[in-house]
Order: sequence, then C-alpha cells, then structure tokens
Amino acid sequence: MSEALIFDAVRTPRGKGKRGSLHSVKPVALAAGVLRALSERNSLDTSAVDDVVFGVVSPLGEQGGDIARTAVLAAGWDQRPAGVQLNRFCASGLESVNLAAAKVASGFEDLVVAGGVESMSRVPMGSDGGAWAIDPQTNFDLSFVPQGVSADLIATLEGFSRTDVDAWAARSHARAFEAQKNGFFERSVVPVVDQNGTVVLKEDETIRPESTVESLGKLKPSFQFHGDLGYDTVAIDRYPTVERINHVHTPGNSSQIVDGAAAVLIGSEAAGRSLGLTPRARIVSVAVVGTEPTIMLTGPAPSARKALDKAGLSVEDIDLFEVNEAFSSVVLKFLRDMDIPEDKVNVNGGAIALGHPLGATGCMILGTLLDELERRDLRRGLATLCVGGGMGIATIIERV
Amino acid sequence: MPFHYDKDADGIVTLTMDMSGSANVMNLEYRELMNEAVSRLEGDEITGVIITSAKKTFFAGGDLNVLIAITPENASEALDGVEEIKSQLRRLEKLGKPVVAAINGSALGGGFEIALSSHRRIVLNDNGIRLGLPEATLGLLPGGGGVTRMVRLLGVQKALPLLMEGKQLRPERALQAGIVHQLVDTREELLSEAREWIKANPAPVQPWDVPGAGVPDLKFGDPNSYGVLAAAPAVLSKKTHGVYPAPEKIMAAAVEGAYVDFDTALKIEGRYFVELAAGQVSKNMITAFWFNLNEVNGRASSSGRRVTKLGVLGAGMMGAGIAEVSAKAGIEVVLKDVTLEAAQKGAGGLEGITPTDSDDDLAGCDLIIEAVFENRELKNKVLAAAEAQALPDAVIASNTSTLPITGLATAVPDAERFIGLHFFSPVPKMRLVEIIRGEKTSEETLQRALDYVRQIGKTPIVVNDSRGFYTSRTFATYVIEAITMLSEGVAPALIENVAKKAGMAVGPLAVSDEVTLSLQLKIHDQTLADDPSLVSDSPAYDLIREMVSLGRTGKAGGAGFYEYPSDGSKKFLWPELTTRYVKADAGVSEQDVRDRLLFVQALETVRCLDEGVLTSVADANIGSIFGFGFAPWSGGTLQFINSYGVQAFVERADYLADTYGERFRPPASLREREKF
Repeated sequence: MSEALIFDAVRTPRGKGKRGSLHSVKPVALAAGVLRALSERNSLDTSAVDDVVFGVVSPLGEQGGDIARTAVLAAGWDQRPAGVQLNRFCASGLESVNLAAAKVASGFEDLVVAGGVESMSRVPMGSDGGAWAIDPQTNFDLSFVPQGVSADLIATLEGFSRTDVDAWAARSHARAFEAQKNGFFERSVVPVVDQNGTVVLKEDETIRPESTVESLGKLKPSFQFHGDLGYDTVAIDRYPTVERINHVHTPGNSSQIVDGAAAVLIGSEAAGRSLGLTPRARIVSVAVVGTEPTIMLTGPAPSARKALDKAGLSVEDIDLFEVNEAFSSVVLKFLRDMDIPEDKVNVNGGAIALGHPLGATGCMILGTLLDELERRDLRRGLATLCVGGGMGIATIIERV
Repeated sequence: MPFHYDKDADGIVTLTMDMSGSANVMNLEYRELMNEAVSRLEGDEITGVIITSAKKTFFAGGDLNVLIAITPENASEALDGVEEIKSQLRRLEKLGKPVVAAINGSALGGGFEIALSSHRRIVLNDNGIRLGLPEATLGLLPGGGGVTRMVRLLGVQKALPLLMEGKQLRPERALQAGIVHQLVDTREELLSEAREWIKANPAPVQPWDVPGAGVPDLKFGDPNSYGVLAAAPAVLSKKTHGVYPAPEKIMAAAVEGAYVDFDTALKIEGRYFVELAAGQVSKNMITAFWFNLNEVNGRASSSGRRVTKLGVLGAGMMGAGIAEVSAKAGIEVVLKDVTLEAAQKGAGGLEGITPTDSDDDLAGCDLIIEAVFENRELKNKVLAAAEAQALPDAVIASNTSTLPITGLATAVPDAERFIGLHFFSPVPKMRLVEIIRGEKTSEETLQRALDYVRQIGKTPIVVNDSRGFYTSRTFATYVIEAITMLSEGVAPALIENVAKKAGMAVGPLAVSDEVTLSLQLKIHDQTLADDPSLVSDSPAYDLIREMVSLGRTGKAGGAGFYEYPSDGSKKFLWPELTTRYVKADAGVSEQDVRDRLLFVQALETVRCLDEGVLTSVADANIGSIFGFGFAPWSGGTLQFINSYGVQAFVERADYLADTYGERFRPPASLREREKF
C-alpha cells in the first residue's frame, strides 16, 4: 500500500444556469479548462498521469461519450493519460477522488487526476432517463420519488420547519459571501476563459448575501406540485406514520442549478517526488453506503461513520465538515445525526449559495475543505454528499 | 359448432363465429377454429374477410375457467397458448387482404382483440353494445395483443387510461375514443358497409405495420417523455397504493413495448400477461367479480312479478335515494314524509316520484320500503299505517341497518310479507342491496325482493336476520379495531395510511367520523341495554365516549378524529390524538396493523357464516366489497382467507389472538376448512 496524496485542487467558478455566464461554454471546454489549469499551475509533465477519472451525471450529447478522455486530448495533454467517466449521481465528483485514491493506494497507478464536470444549463438534469425513474416497473418496485419530495420527507419526519430550512439557507449565503469577499476561494478557483483568452467568469456568481429568512420565506414550495401528483402517496406508503408531507423546500433552500468543473491531482509519494510536487494532504479513508431509496438522502451520516470507523477516528477528530447542501434538510439531519456543531460545517457556505454542478460538486467541496483546513491550520476534514438512489459517500483527508 | 366460412361471388368470405357455448370465448376450441379458419383463408383465393358473430354478443373474451387455472407451474404452457392466439391474429391482419370486423354485439377482452386485428371495425350502433378491454378489472391485462395494438393505435397517453381502468365503451364513445372506425344503424348495413370497404381497400396495412411506424407519442431516448414516465407510476399509486398489479403491468408492458418492434412488443406483453394470470390478485378478482358476482346476480327468479308502485317512507337521504333509483327504473314511486315540504325536498322534482304527507297515497303499492330514523317505535308506527293502505299482498320492507328484521316484522299483521332491504349510501352510486330474511319471511317475499333489486339494476346479497346483519356488523369490527389500536397508542396516521395501503376504500377513523361517533356510541349503548352478551368490552368504546364528551362527535359536528377546517381546506387528524393516546412504544408493527384491520373483518365474516347469517361465500365476498369497501384486490372477506391460505391464516390469527385478544381466535370451523 502506498499513500494517496493530494497535490493540488482546482475548480471553475460556478455559473448560474441558463442565464449564467457559463451557458455559452460547452462541457468539454470546462473539463479541458480545469485540466489545463492543473498542468500549468504544477508544471506537470502530463505524460506521467496514468488516468483521468471524471464524474458526469448526465453523460449524453456533448457531455457524453467518455468526456474524460475527450478532455485529456482537448486540453492538449500528452496522449498517454487515459480517461474514464463515471456516474454515482451527486457523488460522482467525490467518487472520482475516491477511485483515484484507490488506484494510487493499491499501487496499480501512480498519478491520477480526479474530477468532474456538469453543464446543467446545456445538458439538463435527468435528460439521460434511467430505469429507476422512467421504467415503470422499476419505478413501482423501488417507490421512486423525486429528490425534492425525499428532502421534504426528511424535514417532515425530523420536524424541520420552513424557518429552520430557510435559516440554514440564509447562513449558507452569508458564509459564502464572507468567504468570497475575503478571498478564501481564490486558491482553487481558476477563471473560465474563451478560445481567445478572454475571461468568461472569474468567480462564483450565485451568492445572494441579501437572502434572509424573511425573503426566503416568500418563495413557493418547489415540490408541492410533484407531491400532489402522487409522489406524496408513494412516499407516505413507504413511511405510513406520516399524515402529510410538509413541503418546505424551495429554490431558495435547495442547491442551485449551475455549470462547472473541478479537478484534483492525486498520486503516490514517489510520483510526487519524481515530478517535484508538494503534497498538501493525504486521503485517510473513504466510504460509500446504500440507504433506503425513497427517503434517498439520508446517506451522509452513515457514510461518514463508516469512513470514521475505517480510519479508527471519532467525530471529534474531524475539524471541519463539508456536507453537500443538496437541500437544507439534508444538512440539518446530518448535524443532528452526528451531533456536531454548526460552526464546523460548511463554514464557507455550500451548494445552496454556490450551486451543485452534479458531476463536479464532490470534487469541488473536497478542494474547498482542503483550502479551509490550510487557512485555519487545522488537521482533518470530512466531505460527504447525499446521493440519488439512496446512497451516501464520505472522504476523510488529513493535511501533511 | 364452427366458424362458418361463406365465400360469396365477389370472393368475400364471411367468417361467422358460432362456438359451442352460449357465447364465443377464447379457449382451446377457439384456437382450433381460428387456426383452421386462418389457414383456409391463407390458401383460398379471396377478396377480403368479414368477421362477425352468430351469437348475441360478438365475442365475450377470455375463458375465465381457463384463466383462473393458470399457475406458476403451468405458466409456460399458458404462455404458449397466448402466443398461438396472437400469431393467428397476426396472420389474419397480414393476409394482404382486407379484414373487417362487423361487430354485431359486445366485443370485450379477447373479442375486442380480434376486432383490433381487423383492418376496419364497424359497429352496430346499439346502446346495449359494449366495446373495450376490461381485463384490468379482473386483475389481468389484454394479452392477445390488446396492449400492443391499443398503444400503437392511440399512443400511450390515450391508450393507458382505457387499458388500466378496463373501460367498456358504448359504440358512440368507442368511435370518439378512436378505437372503432364506423357505426351503422342496422345489421344489414353492417355487412353491406363491410363489403363496400373491402372493395374500396383491396390491400390495407395495419397502422403498426406501416414501415417506420412506432408508438405515436413515445419515442426511444426522448427526454421530453421522461417527466411523464417518471410520474405515471406515482399518479397511479394514488389510486392503487400498489395493491393492484394489473394496471402496473399494463403500464410496464405499454412502455417497454414502445421502444421495440411490434412482434417484440407482443412478447413483452405476453410475459406480463402470464405473470398476472398466474398471480393471486387475478384469482381473487376473477372469483369475486366474475364467479361470485354472476352467482348473486343470477339467482333464479320465480316470483314472475315486477314492482309497479312503490311507497317509500321517509324522504331523508336514504329514502330519496331509493325513490330516485326506483323511479329511474320505471317504477311509480310515492315518497312519503311527515310534511309535504320534506317529501318534496326528497323527491327533488324527479319525474315518476309523487311526494306526499298522506298514507292514503300509498294505496295500490305492491312494495313499501321504510327508511325513517332508526327508532323502533317510529318504524312500527309508519309501517303499520302504510301496510294498511298497500295492496293486500304487498311486500313490506325496512331499510334499517341496525334493527333486527324479525322484531320489526311484528309491526305488520303478516310477518311473512316482511323483509329487510338494506341500501347503502349514497344509494344511486352504491350497487349493493343487502336483503335480510326475517324468521318468518316467506320464500315468495324473498323472491319478490330479489326481483325488485334486479329491476332497479342493483346487486343483491341475501342474509339472515341478526343484529347488524352481515355488512354493518362486519364493518363495525374494522372501525372498532382501528379505535382499539388508537387506544393502545398506535399512531392514527399509521392506522389510516395502512388501511388505505391495504386497499380499504376509506380510513377507519375517517369513516368513523362520517358515521359519527355519537351514533356508534348510541348503537353500542342500545345493544348493551338489549343484551350485554352481544357487546365486546373493547376499550374503543371508552375512547369514543371520551371523544364525544369532548364534543368531538364526528364530521357532522365539525370535529371528530379529524379536524375539519372551516375554510374548507383539507381535513387533518386532530393533533391532540397524538398527545392523548399515542405511545412511542405501542409496539404494533405496520404488518400487525394491516392484518388486524383485515383479519378482524374476515373472522367476523366466518362467524356470520357459522351462525347462518350468511349462507354463501359469494354473498360474503360481494357484500364485503360492494357494501363496505373491503379491499377489492382481495376478492372479498372470505376470498382473502383463501388467498392467504386457510392454514396460514389460522396460524396468523392465532398469533393475533395471543397478542391482541381473543376476537382474533379462529373459529373451530375455520381450522377444519380447506378453502371457501
């Protein structure tokens, strides 16, 4: 076993959907852009990279066909790094990291790029279908509901009020705003430029510091309509102690639909030494779990516990947590399940403020976590996401 | 008896289906006849084919005796059978010659699938004719190409509602729905129009056999379809709660088949068909909605009399409903109440109903139905007065749902002519009538009551007199069991949701509010006063008493187990139920809640059978489904036991008795039974 070390992490700023700056930028350009940034920043001999693992959740059309390999070539890298695209729904970006770490830790490969890309504005979420949702028999058998209904079910069962979830959302924006203002994201964020070198977007464009519980409280629930269609019945039939689902999630307290890409360079100590790379952290442990699929989004806590157990660590050993803010209730449930204080979690905001470019998010929050551990000079961090289909994923890193 | 094969001078063959039974059905004989006919058509020099029937109906559908015998063990044989049926129909529509279905009577199920395999469907425009694919109502799907052809004919979105609900359409509606091409007014035109069409269309091709044809509204890989596809199961689940496999499999077969060629789609359809046919729910539904229903509807009639003038006493909701359905059946109705205004209000200005406040207007009635308040003295009084005016041999009936008929019969001089006719609310919608034989009710009176029920187009079950008869008595156990669970600390939402998941029409606490808690208490106290041995000492009554004392008397009173917001928004469970009664450690699993709600009714039904209140399994099953909404997927209270397996049911009931009380102890008769 060799250790899997993180040498660097980059990401694009997140562009705000169809009206955002990155709608004009195709996915392969976003992906190639982060690869190029990674090699330039590190004066990387790209021929030394064994593989590029990229998460994409809607891998079709211009975002399909193994975009990882395509991006390697499009970035002008040496032809030797291979490329593979993977999909573990919202965990894809972190799964890339974990898979790259496993490749390195096993000794089968020495230097691997993990990353992810998603242009949600150009390739809409769900446009790849999938048996879970669109095959009727499977849908019936698995009691499929959209994630928003699951998030509302969590809020109902846990007793999170509309105010509770809006308060977390307001906090996400406030924290992200402070972080951006103070330059906390600058270490990782690389501008997106066009073919002429003109900057298209240089920082996240989704943060609304003016958001308050009052202003967020005016938004209409996003999933009442879906619930009324019949999804509430499906959810209640699975959770029959619930009389009715409290539809608390809105566009304001759910993750934003954005475009973006990220990449992390992971390798062995030997590979780093030979290329002159300085390790920033090591991957301590990783975990994935399967959980009940209808409530779907309760995976973070069990996956975090599994990763902690694997590493022989306890919750108190973790200095900072990044929990993907797919929906407010997911984070609130994680806080409750793990019994951790709010000031250790998403200290620079999360996807409610910054957006959730599905295939890339996991990789992005890992970079954010590492940057903040360094900035605060802390030791260990844990990143986790809830995942479609009822899964959870977690990764623990430690600065070296 | 054959399929008559008549070729005329123009080379047009008229294939007249005339099978050996009373109707044409899809069985082994059909397969042989159809094979012979198609083979002969293939070898013959012909211009076209007209398919019609020598029977009253065009074709009745699948042979349910055959279908109910399909099991997982013989499933592959069954699959071979349907594959053969489909391949014959495929050969027919690909003859290269025009095939016209001249539909001279109802064409349902397999019959309509034959029609769908014809290039042209011409129907006699007779309001008695029904067309469509009702398989889903028996827990099946149209496995003779019905799903595949309908989906390609109409598109998934239009075909699925017809298929999943098993709609039977009149000719006009079938034309509007686009499942037939043409209506004609006479049998002669049926054939002449068929000939004309054959001459004008010498080589028609089915829409699904046109090159490049697929399903009109569903293409592979179209993201625009995904939202609807993902939501469609949820939309259906709102109605079915997952206990009806047939509409689910129909949707699955339709969608999976849409992405492939026609013949592959037929294979997919066939697999789902066999899965349903071999499954338990279709057995249950065929038992109840075919065999049991035919039995209760087909009881031999011997009175030879029809009601010509009916007197209804009491113009409340029940009386008015009885008057309405009777008037609509062409019976002259006199609706009497204390005041003319009340009677007029009940009559609602409907033609054929004469409102009155006078007994004199009841002169000449050959049937009297009393539907006044549940008060013995009042009933005795109005019955005696009406009887005096009616014809000397009139049948005198009470619509009571609680008072024993034998006792009420003493109100009239001749108890032999007295009977119970228990209608359900709302009368125009509920198809069941529970006929209650008193101790002295004569056979003649029973026959006349049966004939009346048939005359108004309702379904009768016949039971013997007992408190609560069969339906009210058994349904009460459902409600009381639910309230008992609440008193034990089970969450009310769990009780209501599990009841709906089990297929019950309404949650027991909701229905308890509808009936009103005060009425339940009154009936309980009345029974207690009459004969304490008839009353269980369930803690439910203490809870009901407490609710009533808190002013929560039910929906009519504005508050019961539910809150009824004055702004008209949706009712919700009274939150204080949780603080008052619910225990976090009630320890009753979801499965136990479900079984308690269903078993308690099934066991009460067995007791009714043991006591002679019920005399047939069919009465029990039909009465439970149509009378009080017992889970239709189960086939009724006794078929539920069959489908559970009697021995397994007994074991489970013993567990429930050990855990929750002796009311679940299976009667000795059940331990000895193999099935109902």
